[in-house]
Amino acid sequence: MTKKILIVDDEPNIVISLEFLMKREGFQVAVVGDGEEALRKIAAFEPDLVLLDIMMPKKSGFEVCQEVRANPAWAGIKLIMLTAKGRDTEVQKGMALGADAYVTKPFSTRDLVIKVRSVLGMDAVA
Amino acid sequence: MNARLRFLAALFTLFLLITGPFLLTTALLMAEMPAEESHILTDMLLPRLPIGIMMTGLGLAIGLAILRGLFNQYVQGLMKMSEMTQLMLGANRNFRLEPEGPPELRMLGQAINQLAQRHDELRDNLEQQIRLANTSVEEEKNRLAALMSELTQSVVVCNLDGRILLYNNSARAQFRAFVEGGGGAASLLGLGRSIFTVIDRNLMAHALEALQSRLTAGERQPATHFVTATRAGQLMRVQMAPVLALVAQAGAADATVLPGIGGYVLMLDNVTRSVENETRRDEILQNLTEGSRATLANIRAAVETLIEYPDIDGEQRERFLRIIGDEVLSMGQRLDRTLERHADSLKARWPLEEMLGADLIAAAQRRIESKFGLSVKLDEVDDGLWIKVDSFSLIQAISYLVSRLHETFSIRFLRLRLTRNGRLAHLDLIWMGAAISTETLHGWEQEPMNLSGESTPLTLHDIMDRHGGEIWFKRESATQQAYFRLLIPVTDHQNVIEPVSPLRGDSRPEYYDFDLFKRSDQDHALDERLLTDLTYTVFDTETTGLRPSEGDEIIQFGAVRIVNGRLLRSESFDQLVDPRRTMTAESIAIHGISQDMVDGQPGMEEILPSFHRFCEDTVLVAHNAAFDMRFLQLKENLTGIRFTQPVLDTLLLSAVVHPNQDSHKLELIAERLGVAIIGRHTALGDAIVTGEVFLRLITLLNAMGIRTLGEALAAARKTYYARIQY
Repeated sequence: MTKKILIVDDEPNIVISLEFLMKREGFQVAVVGDGEEALRKIAAFEPDLVLLDIMMPKKSGFEVCQEVRANPAWAGIKLIMLTAKGRDTEVQKGMALGADAYVTKPFSTRDLVIKVRSVLGMDAVA
Repeated sequence: MNARLRFLAALFTLFLLITGPFLLTTALLMAEMPAEESHILTDMLLPRLPIGIMMTGLGLAIGLAILRGLFNQYVQGLMKMSEMTQLMLGANRNFRLEPEGPPELRMLGQAINQLAQRHDELRDNLEQQIRLANTSVEEEKNRLAALMSELTQSVVVCNLDGRILLYNNSARAQFRAFVEGGGGAASLLGLGRSIFTVIDRNLMAHALEALQSRLTAGERQPATHFVTATRAGQLMRVQMAPVLALVAQAGAADATVLPGIGGYVLMLDNVTRSVENETRRDEILQNLTEGSRATLANIRAAVETLIEYPDIDGEQRERFLRIIGDEVLSMGQRLDRTLERHADSLKARWPLEEMLGADLIAAAQRRIESKFGLSVKLDEVDDGLWIKVDSFSLIQAISYLVSRLHETFSIRFLRLRLTRNGRLAHLDLIWMGAAISTETLHGWEQEPMNLSGESTPLTLHDIMDRHGGEIWFKRESATQQAYFRLLIPVTDHQNVIEPVSPLRGDSRPEYYDFDLFKRSDQDHALDERLLTDLTYTVFDTETTGLRPSEGDEIIQFGAVRIVNGRLLRSESFDQLVDPRRTMTAESIAIHGISQDMVDGQPGMEEILPSFHRFCEDTVLVAHNAAFDMRFLQLKENLTGIRFTQPVLDTLLLSAVVHPNQDSHKLELIAERLGVAIIGRHTALGDAIVTGEVFLRLITLLNAMGIRTLGEALAAARKTYYARIQY
């Protein structure tokens, strides 16, 4: 079965690449641009994994993360945080709030794909 | 018994001694003899009685002469000597006893002279030493004053009550920037004034506590610093160092003295500008790092995609290339902008202080317990952990969180925990209870922290940001334990604590001779205070006329301060007021203030608050004070400002001192007391004259036994003039 990935980021220029990349890797992909929309989309789209940017309008990635983890129905959803801030306080906060992995921008697309697959429990290469 | 009586008694005894034995013998013989024999004896004696009396009188006279001689030489001589010795002790120390009289007295006189000589030598020596010490203190004082006035750094020295003992010119200039509008810096900065009008009392108490604990820990020269916002919204960085005093340790068996804090030195820095700069610099830095990360990420993703997937079709490829082009361009622009703005950003930091984590926890515990009455237990606390914090604001943040928890969930028990995780410290605030929604916490983080009695424009988010930290909430459902975690960077550098050196004479701070340090005035009722100890505001007003109740108004205030018996001309208040009415020619002729001088000046509603601040914590003095006070009282409803401090009237006090003089006009009193008159009928000029008059009146009142404020007020009330009411 095709795994579903939700990309949450307000920067179109990264979204284009991420969307293309994930589609090419054979995932089913949906895209939203802010935190509030993300929560609605998670309910509707039921993704296996969310690529979550932290700095976003309306609701931050941290808040989305915390709300996802607060809902037992969404316990299976994997969360990978993407951030332009590289401070380790933030990394710790993200992991503490229940993220499965944390990726600091800029990242290598190959590493991101590997990380996504490993978080989803898939083989490293398609 | 005095000497003369004793002399008379001795004389009487002598008389008895001379006549007694003869009379007694005669009486005994007469009693034994038969009657006829005694008749014969009487017949024999009676005709010779005058001779007997003469002989007795002669004996008595000789005895008297000898007794007189002895009395004069010894008793009178000793009394004279004693008077002369008193004279040497008191009025004329150079006087010496003339050796006279019998040898014993001469010897005593010589001994006394020698003693006096020795005493004089000692006293000369002592006076010499005192003079030397005074000269060197005076020199040090002058050197300090010169040094202070040249310093570009603002320096203020306070005693433990927060009273200002000393300040320099730059402090004066600095304070001027902190005041909004009229009234001037004079109303904030002045000898004997409270520093708490500028710096929050709690903040100072906190800083003092920090100093105290460092001192106790054995640091030899502890100092602390903090940043505070003034009423006018300026940011001020304050460095604080204690002025050490020797405090006798009560109850210590051998009465050892330990250095204690007797006051503190504040160095002030207006950092409003530099903090603004810093904020801008942070912004720039963030722009460069985090902004670039995002841009780089976009480019890298696009480039790698193009390389990884060479089969991308034309349109898709075009999109990726356009991303790269856009992002490179935007990055270039960002760099240009940044460079442009970076040029005028100076270096400044919100000062963070290295602190032992356990100390912070203990301080927070104390504060929560005292402020909210909650029971706070300590969980695991890593006592070797040093963090870099602004302790005041961080504890404020913790208290704020507790107050919100307290309000929202009425929790009663709290635990604090401090652990280390790599380079970060976890400061946890733990309680049992329900979870908090992210919205709630978000709200708490973003709104200005308001604690009962304290408010600050800072938010929890600001404070965590300033510390480079993060905060979040978690709840462990298994244990029902909820906690806030404050993440704070750990610092590696630790304060090197110098070993405590035994206190030697030379460890005393060099400049330490301010009389005000000894003053602790908080717990004395003003009435009990000596007139010479009080701080006064002497003031005078010029008015449009003499009838306050019929619409006459104040047009000028002049005031000076008297601190420690000195009239401080430099700390004056001199202000014209727009009366908002036309002035009569007669009044202009008196004070020489014309209509166009007052037009456009601030009105009473603006001046009265700053004049009130100028008078804070002082006793008011004015000549014919009832008149001026009447004007002020009539404005109470308009401005809501009441002058409740005691008022002394030089007119009444002059009547107390010289009840038989006809006139107590200011000029005449001044003339009587030898005060030079300057600039009469300007409010400030009159206030200065009144002040000088008042200082002389204090001396005269003292001579009459009127020493305290209460006594002076009572005496003034009694005088006739007190009945005049305007």
